[in-house]
Amino acid sequence: MQNLGIQVLFQGNNFLRLCGGLWQSLQIAVISMVLSIVLGMILGIVMTSPKKLVRFLCRIYLEIVRIMPQLVLLFLVYFGAAKHLNINLPGSWAAVIVFTFWGAAEMGDLVRSALQSIPVHQYQSGFGLGMTKLQVYRYVIIPQTVRRLLPSVMNLLTRMIKTTSLVVLIGVIEVVKVGKQIIDSSRYTVPDAALWVYGVIFIMYFAICYPFSRAAAMLDKKIKD
Amino acid sequence: MDFEFIRGNVPLYVEAAGITLRISFLGILLSTVIGLLCSLVKVFKIPVLGFVVNCYIEISRNTPLLIQLFFLYFGLPKLGIVLSSEGCAITGLAFLGGSYMAEAFRTGIEQVPKIQTETGLSLGLTKWQVFLHIILPQAIATSVPVFCANIIFLIKETSVFSAVALADLMFVAKDLIGIYYKTDEALFMLVTAYLMILLPISLLCSWVERRVRYAEFGNSSAVPGK
Repeated sequence: MQNLGIQVLFQGNNFLRLCGGLWQSLQIAVISMVLSIVLGMILGIVMTSPKKLVRFLCRIYLEIVRIMPQLVLLFLVYFGAAKHLNINLPGSWAAVIVFTFWGAAEMGDLVRSALQSIPVHQYQSGFGLGMTKLQVYRYVIIPQTVRRLLPSVMNLLTRMIKTTSLVVLIGVIEVVKVGKQIIDSSRYTVPDAALWVYGVIFIMYFAICYPFSRAAAMLDKKIKD
Repeated sequence: MDFEFIRGNVPLYVEAAGITLRISFLGILLSTVIGLLCSLVKVFKIPVLGFVVNCYIEISRNTPLLIQLFFLYFGLPKLGIVLSSEGCAITGLAFLGGSYMAEAFRTGIEQVPKIQTETGLSLGLTKWQVFLHIILPQAIATSVPVFCANIIFLIKETSVFSAVALADLMFVAKDLIGIYYKTDEALFMLVTAYLMILLPISLLCSWVERRVRYAEFGNSSAVPGK
């Protein structure tokens, strides 16, 4: 069998460089996810507001985020900021802004549906016991919603990790970019490097996302039973 | 904002939107077929195929489309399998979409209470008749909302195809920014183009969703208090 160039992975510190690239994307994903969870929680509570106007505005925000491809949003922030605000926003910052903007909306919708699935009498009993609004949320509602939210938050996290692969298109040096560099630098010595490098990146993403989606499926089943 | 420039470049965007739509249509059609087949395999619990389908669904759901595309476009030619940009895009979209569609149909089918199958069988219907006349109509109604959401998701995902040199909307926008430095105009047209494609589809989907809600009537999960 012909040698397809697997040795390219073990030349120098190529494999470590790929891992470093992956770490860069993961950092973006984790930071955006934490911000999205915090902002999404607030947004979700706002979305259950009795005021029609507030709900309408939230709805529009959600629809915009749902309709626009994330890549378009990335382009808007990355190129738009450079042109109008005259700042040279690093690609990774633009990515964090966009993914937080997107994640907060998705998270907000999840929180909203979780909050609405809590029976009304839970709120009423809380108020009836003389708790303040803040106390009702802190001690009664939020502990119950968190349990219901966990599976969907994990799914959102895997989506976030998958979506961060887009940042290579706005010039962030992450795993795909590093892969390209490796392929280009060994263009003459190992012409078939592309297969292995992209294959390994493929497996890396799978190895990261699979445990989370498995855990989400198991938790989901546990809650339903 | 340079409206003269915008007017001059509308044909470019129309052509690119055509490509985006064509790829989306073919990709969604293929993924619906794949999804149907996979969900049937899973529902009827066919031994070996079931395992293969499970593996396929997990792999396709847990990797980003961009990486799948890079593998198809740059990796596979080294094994002697050469796909054009368009072939690559359609294959990638069908590979990704197939698993999402399969899950949508499967949850739809499994959502129909088991007692209905048993009742049908005890009335002397064959397994196939039960599926065709009892399960399928209800399953379609419950999986339509997820199906619609998947369509929108897949059309959105087509935006990454510019990475494999397909001249879609993103590609044209990037080109215009690179050649003329008309960032505002190019991005404005990009957003408008996606809005014009996705907004009608999104509205249509929510209309269809409201229509199929009627099918939930009498379904045990829709009865309050149960």
